[in-house]
Amino acid sequence: MYHKYDAVVVGAGGAGLMAALQLVGKANVACITKLYPSRSHTGAAQGGICAALGNTEEDHWEWHMFDTVKGGDYLTDQDAAEVLARDAVERIIEMEHMGLPFNRTPEGKIDQRRFGGHTRNYGEGPVRRSCFAADRTGHMILQTLYQQGIKENVTFYNEFHVMDLLINNGRCVGVTAMEVKTGELHTFHTKAVIFATGGYGRAWRVTSNAHACTGDGMAVAYRAGIPLMDMEMYQFHPTGLYRIGILLSEAARGEGGILRNGNGERFCERYAPTLKDLAPRDMVSRFIAQEIREGRGAGPNKDFVYLHVDHLGKEVIDSKLPDITDFARTYLHVEPYTEGVPIQPTAHYAMGGIPTNIDGEVILDEKSTVLPGCYAAGEVACVSVHGANRLGTNSLVDLVVFGKRAGLKAAEYVQKNDWESLPAHHETRSNELLGFVNAGANDTRRTEIAGDIRKELQNKMQDWVSIVRNDTSLNNMMTKLSELRERYGRLRLQDTGNKFNTERLEALELGALLECAEATTKGALERKESRGAQYRDDYENRDDVNFLAHTMAYRAENGGVKELRYKPVVITRFQPKERKY
Amino acid sequence: MATQVTLKILRYDPEKDKKAHFETYEVEADPLDRILDVLNTVKWYKDGSLTYRRSCAHGVCGSDAMRINGRNRLACKVLVRDVGGDTGKKIQIEPMLGFKILRDLVVDMDPFFEKYKSIKPYLINYEDAPASSERLQSAEDREIFDETTKCILCGACSGSCPPYWSNQDFIGPAAIVNAHRFIFDSRDQGSDERLAILGQGEGVFRCRTVYNCTDACPRDIPVTKAIEQIRRAMLYNR
Repeated sequence: MYHKYDAVVVGAGGAGLMAALQLVGKANVACITKLYPSRSHTGAAQGGICAALGNTEEDHWEWHMFDTVKGGDYLTDQDAAEVLARDAVERIIEMEHMGLPFNRTPEGKIDQRRFGGHTRNYGEGPVRRSCFAADRTGHMILQTLYQQGIKENVTFYNEFHVMDLLINNGRCVGVTAMEVKTGELHTFHTKAVIFATGGYGRAWRVTSNAHACTGDGMAVAYRAGIPLMDMEMYQFHPTGLYRIGILLSEAARGEGGILRNGNGERFCERYAPTLKDLAPRDMVSRFIAQEIREGRGAGPNKDFVYLHVDHLGKEVIDSKLPDITDFARTYLHVEPYTEGVPIQPTAHYAMGGIPTNIDGEVILDEKSTVLPGCYAAGEVACVSVHGANRLGTNSLVDLVVFGKRAGLKAAEYVQKNDWESLPAHHETRSNELLGFVNAGANDTRRTEIAGDIRKELQNKMQDWVSIVRNDTSLNNMMTKLSELRERYGRLRLQDTGNKFNTERLEALELGALLECAEATTKGALERKESRGAQYRDDYENRDDVNFLAHTMAYRAENGGVKELRYKPVVITRFQPKERKY
Repeated sequence: MATQVTLKILRYDPEKDKKAHFETYEVEADPLDRILDVLNTVKWYKDGSLTYRRSCAHGVCGSDAMRINGRNRLACKVLVRDVGGDTGKKIQIEPMLGFKILRDLVVDMDPFFEKYKSIKPYLINYEDAPASSERLQSAEDREIFDETTKCILCGACSGSCPPYWSNQDFIGPAAIVNAHRFIFDSRDQGSDERLAILGQGEGVFRCRTVYNCTDACPRDIPVTKAIEQIRRAMLYNR
């Protein structure tokens, strides 16, 4: 089916909804989403959203900017960090006016609490910067923005899976998508496309990410010739529930929770004497990995540590951390009032993604050449505002700040520009992909099961491309990925139906995961240094001479990474320094 | 720790079946596995055609509400051992009642979301907001509607409500919960509009106070109490 809209937003989480809200009234806009909007993974964010409001103590956006740059181990583009820290204040107030139910101070203002890596006066000590709604801040942001979408009559295409990005004469002219309910392919002819499809945490075995987080938008852009930037920068959050990876927010530590090893020792203070348990995530995850590696883990296999909130008292736990303590009870049958919760680091967030400038315009190369009509915002995008390691809460800030900027820029673009025609055979690539997957239902020579390939991918990414990496592990993964790609070509489906064929959908998602995993591994292999989330035990130091640069991975026509290029980091106010907390 | 678990699942494929029927699956599972994990094991390794919705897998996105042993639950918030699956008890899984089945455990959520939209689920305030600061709200005023902000629109409450099953026009508990979230927000000025909608024939007075909704809510929202508070607000206003 053919549709024509001035602009289409792909994805209805925080960034997609914020972008769509900028377009309604100015342009004919539709939002296509794989899930119902309220199911988006923004809703799983817990602890808060930082902005230098200064409601409970002195704070300045410059301090927030500095923390963001230092947290990102100086790979952060500083023009982007400045925008993030400045705009955050306005966006928080805007969402409060939309009705977001933040927790309040005794004076009735938005309450704020401490969060990892956020400091006063350029690193002197923790600061109360995180605005929050109990420990369901992401849920409230998602609900509030979806509600505004309803109020403004945004058109949603729910349960549509994006298949391809259409480019003609150097301009972005639309997308194709599969309607899950019917299996039908739809073409959306547009002047502008905004990607807001989220991350790809499902490439790892232990992850905080939803099943839906499979890198669909990244893969679609990558196949259409857009590079993926800094994919090796993948964050492991320190506190996932042991074995299953469900997130326990940093807010637990922001409220005073602490980590203890198998000997009952508060080990973070040995590594980060100033911020202790509130050091940035990449570091705390590495501290945990080191404790476990050196035999100080807990449990029969000494493979986890404890998060303690039992000393905070029932009142604080119930009013400020109700959801995450409920997770411990539901999934591990552990009572956080009285005992430590077993945790381990969990695959959490892609700092990398589709490269954009500070207005959300997608760029194609190290010279920042813009692809007209194409935008990206949120986790799918790499502005790069998080550099080599994102600070807690800055994902939510990113969504609303850059979702808004991308939407505004797209609105301006569609009002100024005329229509460009669709390319010839615009459905060919989508139909080939669907045809390949569907053929697997009848072809007896095809014997591979998606479940097996996915499990192998997740296990090996966990073993070889997680907190600690080296030449051997990364080369092993590259070999494994070519094997998995070959096996994917012999994929066999059992479901031959068209209506709500989720086996087909999962097969398409697996294809996207493989693309993202390969760009991640290749970027990590060639970045011969340790910086932020990329820690290599064969290159333990940061190397600003050779690698103070963004990786751009380009895809080969028939799969695999064709080449890597490097783009200089934007440095304005803060010269790179050694990172200590 | 692995144990043998038996699932009895109601299946319906609109392209093949005239009516729904049960199929039984035996799979290995850990007592601490979620029911969703067990469904995934069936789908990924036994029968790829088994169809259900899922996303976050920890009870915050609301995708996987279904009937588990006769009660509406989220498949990702119930463990095998919570329903005795590890002691040989068969686990029966069906789509929620009160919704049209699209395929297997997937139901048509569109009418549900239309009802949600009908109660104007967004802040209504006719005054200009302060230029560069938040609207003030006391911690006590914020607390009044705290419970109903937790709703994830999974449909478990509406799908367990007898008046909702028998009357497709009834707005249902989920929409009422979301109306409550705004009616009791001190910053909101749309109460009269919403109370007028909820006071109509298919509004709050269809509720028979059977507490199924409160029982079903995976977020522990006191749904029936919220409905009661809205009825009182109506009577008081009149």
